[in-house]
Amino acid sequence: MLSVEKLTTIYRDGSGKQVAGAHDVEFSVPTGQLFTLLGPSGCGKTTTLRSIAGLERPSAGTIRAGNRMVYSSDMNVFVPPNQRQFGMVFQSYAIWPHMNVFENAAFPLQMRRNRPAATEIRNKVMACLEAVSLDHLAEREATKLSGGQQQRLALARALVMEPQLLLLDEPLSNLDAKLRDKMRFELKRTQRDLGLTTIYVTHDQSEALALSHEIAVMNQGRIVQIGSPRDIYERPATSFVADFIGSTNFIDGTVRGMSGEELVVDTSIGQLRVEARSRPAPGASISLSIRPEDLHLSEGAPTEQGFNRLSGVVEAKVFLGEVLDFRVEINGVSLLARAHPSLRTHVGEGINIAIDPAKCTMLATQ
Amino acid sequence: MVGTSLAGDESVVDTATQVKRPIEIKWFLIGAVILVVAWLALIPLCFLVWQSFMTTATLNQPAVFTLENYERALGSADSLRLMGNSLQFAFGTSLFALALGTFFAWVNERTNTPFKSLFFAMSIIPLVIPGILFTASWIMIASPQIGIFNLVLKDLFGLSQPVFNIYSLPGMIWVDGLHYAPVAFLMVTAAFRAMDPSLEESAMMSGAPVFQIARRITLKLAWPAILASFLVLFIRAIESFEVPALLGLPVGIQVFTSAIYEAVQSYPSNIGLASAYAAVLLVLTSVAIYYQSRISSQGSRYSTVTGKGFRPRMLDIGRWRYLTGGLFILYVVLVVALPFLVLFWASLQSYYAAPSMAALKNLSFAAYGRVLDYPGFYTSVWNSTVLALGGATIVMLLTSVICWITIKTKIPGRWLLDLLASMPLVFPGIVLGLATMIFYLHFDIGIYGTLWIMMVAYVTKFLPYGMRYNSTSMVQIHKDLEESAAMSGASWFATFRRVVFPLLKPGLVAGFIYIVVVSVRELSSSILLYSPGNEVLSIMIWEFWQNGQYVELSAFGVMMIVALFCFLMVVQSVSKRFGISEN
Repeated sequence: MLSVEKLTTIYRDGSGKQVAGAHDVEFSVPTGQLFTLLGPSGCGKTTTLRSIAGLERPSAGTIRAGNRMVYSSDMNVFVPPNQRQFGMVFQSYAIWPHMNVFENAAFPLQMRRNRPAATEIRNKVMACLEAVSLDHLAEREATKLSGGQQQRLALARALVMEPQLLLLDEPLSNLDAKLRDKMRFELKRTQRDLGLTTIYVTHDQSEALALSHEIAVMNQGRIVQIGSPRDIYERPATSFVADFIGSTNFIDGTVRGMSGEELVVDTSIGQLRVEARSRPAPGASISLSIRPEDLHLSEGAPTEQGFNRLSGVVEAKVFLGEVLDFRVEINGVSLLARAHPSLRTHVGEGINIAIDPAKCTMLATQ
Repeated sequence: MVGTSLAGDESVVDTATQVKRPIEIKWFLIGAVILVVAWLALIPLCFLVWQSFMTTATLNQPAVFTLENYERALGSADSLRLMGNSLQFAFGTSLFALALGTFFAWVNERTNTPFKSLFFAMSIIPLVIPGILFTASWIMIASPQIGIFNLVLKDLFGLSQPVFNIYSLPGMIWVDGLHYAPVAFLMVTAAFRAMDPSLEESAMMSGAPVFQIARRITLKLAWPAILASFLVLFIRAIESFEVPALLGLPVGIQVFTSAIYEAVQSYPSNIGLASAYAAVLLVLTSVAIYYQSRISSQGSRYSTVTGKGFRPRMLDIGRWRYLTGGLFILYVVLVVALPFLVLFWASLQSYYAAPSMAALKNLSFAAYGRVLDYPGFYTSVWNSTVLALGGATIVMLLTSVICWITIKTKIPGRWLLDLLASMPLVFPGIVLGLATMIFYLHFDIGIYGTLWIMMVAYVTKFLPYGMRYNSTSMVQIHKDLEESAAMSGASWFATFRRVVFPLLKPGLVAGFIYIVVVSVRELSSSILLYSPGNEVLSIMIWEFWQNGQYVELSAFGVMMIVALFCFLMVVQSVSKRFGISEN
């Protein structure tokens, strides 16, 4: 549905110095899917979203929505944002304080070139307000809404125009933690029910993992990896992705050779068997990422078959409620491991570690 | 040391004697400040009201109680015309200035019109030019007899009648409105900048066309600020003295300010009638100020959660931008370039003449020499400097103490102090001049007829400005900052010197500069308070005008504008350097 090619948007500050932006961004989103742009602040995700919206003018590239070209530097096409008919929810919600709930949601319909009849507007708006459970507040002043209600009103206002594409700019970041969890489910349900093609911008990895069909991780203005949430989490392409999504242990090593379908790597914590995603020559140095929950700890001998087996000493531990974080020292290297709270090993005692070779992820060198 | 923060619950502190002393000093200080402020703001007002009920005393007849002044000021046919003129002039001026200012603010902040940064810098210049110079230059541009516009049009089309007549109500509104438009421009610009850009962007995403966004979102959201700036302009216009005096009086169009002036200057001077006019004027300004403060306190209703600091995207208005760019240029020409060039032209003549080939041969700088040799020239420069620097220093120091009391302490009745110090806002300059004059005539402490009576008037008049600058920065100094200094072992004095004062400094400096600039411009209070030998710069211009010395006036005005301009340039570069070193 949406395809973005070679999109470059550059910001300049007052003195003409380039400050931030997006470079060579490319992705496409099939109809009905939710696509997330994920990254730290200043990575270019919002710039990309605003370029798709038309609120920023890119310097190069192509943006196509369905069979409509909305931006192309080569063909000198730039459809202004008010003619793109994309729905957008802003981080601040941008609820107009001088209008009530109904007037806010009705505004996009009133701005149509062939403005629908008043009764039709009324029906459509009420249907949208009902979809976000705000229909009973239609006459309320917009400033009297709570944060969650404002967020839902912003969504209703974006939906009322029946947009081809829905753009969401960190829509949950201004809510408190509990409400955020609730709205996350609501948002996912609404998106899936209506089958709306959606671009979602966030810096919160758990939001991205929970909501998306596909995620693009961005850093310093470029897309680093595109993949399904599971892909991104389990097979991060670079150390940036591995580090940004969840926490991880980085281990450097030297390739020794192949053993069957597995790569044998010499590392500072000992020899590891690693799932081979590529076949580097022996002697090549590589970097591995191992998630804390993939370090299986046990006091007795590990029972897992075909795992790498190591032993170390408990250096420190932190009780977090549902999990227990261990810092384990192996050959002078500290690793973070996440275990079930039932494990009672004391600090200073020895512990056994088992690691699935499939969970040792080779990272691309950057 | 902790005395300040414990002021609210003294009963808790029962043993510590070292806590008691600062409280006593504080009470003394507060008492003194209240007395000074009441002396400045309240007592002259009482004398003014008292005088408005008295007849004029003569040698053989003492003043007696009368209502006759109010009968003349409110009940006569003349008074109806006076009220009508004043309101027409004030409404016309403020609406004209508001329309100009709001339009330019929108164009400048939201559209892709060319010359924007240049326009912003230029549009502030009229705020620096003294009103009397601006008015005088427009007389030279559009007066029926000597106005350049009229002479040029007459020559071009062979007309027998002048096209423009600046000596009329529309002329007065035109000149004052042009001059005050930057006030509206700055206020509305500030409102536009404070707006969350996503409010307009979401309208854009909803499919709204550019002018619909402006009408239904931008202007609606800025409405409280627009209304507030209308009231500010209304007050300024109804207080305005220069334009009504120069343009209205010669053709008999009187407004309250010029009526007060005429009543005082008439022989014998009718102080009672002037006071009654002043009281009526005070009622008008008080009502306007009351509504303005109500609007500003409601303004927060529209404040919303703001998102990221994206600058709003400039709206592409297509070919319209050539029109808006042209209007930018036209405004700058009418308000800055033309008045200055006319003054400059006139200053090069030996007697006033419109530009022509013949007049071109008579150019000389002789007028500048004559002004420099003018007997009162150096005295007036010195007097203005003393008044501007002295007044600004006193105001900023006094108001920093007042703001500290009203914002940082919990003393009961501190609102009264705030009210007293802000009260001069409702005093039009000429009313303040009148009240001050009456007070020191009846309560002789030896300053009547000296420079110091003007100093007193300036300090009173600019107290509210000092309050505004100081309270803005005082509010930003969170109590935690002072308390953490106290917890680090700093004494009250050390806390003030090392923490509070450095944080106040930018506001103090900005307020100081502002007061210096408006002091140099001040005419409407000074006109009733000066005496021969105590002239200030604006009075010099006034006298040149009264004597018909247009050429000298022009030379003087050119020098004054250049000097003020240089002063601001220096200030700007210095404060820029300070700003960088402080951050």
